[in-house]
Amino acid sequence: MTARPLLASVLRRVPAAAYVLAAFAFILLPVAVLVLFSLQDSLLPIPPFRGPTFKWYAEVFEDVRVMAALANSLMVAAASSALACLLGFLAACGLARYSLAAGGAIRWLLAAPLSVSYLIIGMGLLVTFQAMAIPKSLGAIVIGHVVINLPLAFAVIYSQMGEHQSNIERAARDLGANERQVLLLVTLPMLWPAVLAAFFLSFTLSWDEFIIALLVSRFDVTLPVEIWSLLRSGLNPKTNAVGSVVFLVSVAIVAVVEVVIFSRRKSE
Amino acid sequence: MSATAREKQLRGWSLVGPGLLWTIAFFLVPLFIMAAYSLFQRVGGRIVTDLSLANYRLFFEKPHHHDALFNSLEVAVVTAAVSMFLAYPLAYILAYRVPPRWQRIALVAAILPFWTSYVVRSYSWLLVLSSEGIVSKALQWTGLCDGPVAIANTRAATIIGFVHFFTMLLTLTIFANLVQIPASYRRAAADLGASAFQTFWRVTLPLSIPGVMVGAFLTLVLTLGDYITPQILGGYRELLLPQAIMLQIQRNADFPMASAMSMILMVVISAVFVIFSRWLKIERL
Repeated sequence: MTARPLLASVLRRVPAAAYVLAAFAFILLPVAVLVLFSLQDSLLPIPPFRGPTFKWYAEVFEDVRVMAALANSLMVAAASSALACLLGFLAACGLARYSLAAGGAIRWLLAAPLSVSYLIIGMGLLVTFQAMAIPKSLGAIVIGHVVINLPLAFAVIYSQMGEHQSNIERAARDLGANERQVLLLVTLPMLWPAVLAAFFLSFTLSWDEFIIALLVSRFDVTLPVEIWSLLRSGLNPKTNAVGSVVFLVSVAIVAVVEVVIFSRRKSE
Repeated sequence: MSATAREKQLRGWSLVGPGLLWTIAFFLVPLFIMAAYSLFQRVGGRIVTDLSLANYRLFFEKPHHHDALFNSLEVAVVTAAVSMFLAYPLAYILAYRVPPRWQRIALVAAILPFWTSYVVRSYSWLLVLSSEGIVSKALQWTGLCDGPVAIANTRAATIIGFVHFFTMLLTLTIFANLVQIPASYRRAAADLGASAFQTFWRVTLPLSIPGVMVGAFLTLVLTLGDYITPQILGGYRELLLPQAIMLQIQRNADFPMASAMSMILMVVISAVFVIFSRWLKIERL
């Protein structure tokens, strides 16, 4: 290639490259600032930067309330995702294998929570628990998170159910398996990737969900609600440190899922 | 219906039943209870269960109530428009200009902050936009401003926080749409004499409208219902509807009024849903 077309082609790429860099700077700026000033060696996470120090991380891991909230979050996320996947899996099997009279209406109702804001779902639960004098608790958060995760778990699992699987199920039935055996020993193993994907999707949503958790909990709270109450103390490097930990954990989960699903796809 | 057919129906219902019951008990029934509450009143610390539309009337009579609704609508529309203009070129370049083997990593980088928690993301913007934050400091160093600049606790801060999140989301939906358009369409347009701009304007853009619309719909709906971003970044000077709802609960414990305002929010979001329904392929679910 001679110099002129090369220069021209480089010049043609400059605006696009500049735009991508500017966009990435905007997108990554808050996270970079968050992580950088979690290492700040003074009382305020604002410029100029002094440090680095890891003392705020040490404080976070010594904070009993934050650690309790972290454990609560993991518990709520695991319980609500497992329950949502179980209910979603059963419903998907019911709808895909038995041509039910009101199939369309059932699918619509199962998907309905997707079209309503979390705030409204949380308000509905709050008013209902209030009316029935049910105390606020972690269990109430699990109930709310199953409501928001069930439509997704159902949709993910249902979308993966096809004709070829029902042939295998029929074969199993012909060979003498009863309905429960077919479900547990044939259908579930075939749909395992979809169930796993639904579980991780639900887990990340529940892990990050704030407004329902705020509305229906009181003394035991999840991590987003605890971080929310940390915000009342204003800008604070310790809050940066908590935020950075949450970010790194989430990225780690995503990376693991990516590797697991990606390697599976490659091997197929 | 024959015995086996009835048995099959029964078996199907027993599988669907638990999930259906959960959705009815903890989603549908609460909505009805909330609708009923919105017709009650809170008088002198007690809830009076006489049905009336007083809360709704109050909402539309008192400016500080319905202003929240209009603020929410304005912020949502501005957010959707700005995010779209930022996201479309980014998605376009990622889809067509970045070599395929870099595409995946570029896309992951473009949505990396998705994985911080929502509360943390807004807090991060507070760090950036506060009067002591890096934007204010940078403006002073370059001499563009004399004193500290506090963008935090204004509507602009709320919109910046929203635009950040929805630029990522729209980049995803538009990218997903763009990569599905066969390259042969663009080549055909070029072969038939269309300029690069004409190819974009007459071929690529119309074919990418579904991705834009799905993204715009999600932006509007999620912006209208969000409490975190305006509460952390926008402050108290000007309330959005979700903040006004939370205020009724936290300050006044006025569940009937909060329920009425939630119903109004739900109606507004349903209206957005109806407007966008032709681009959302619900039946695919």
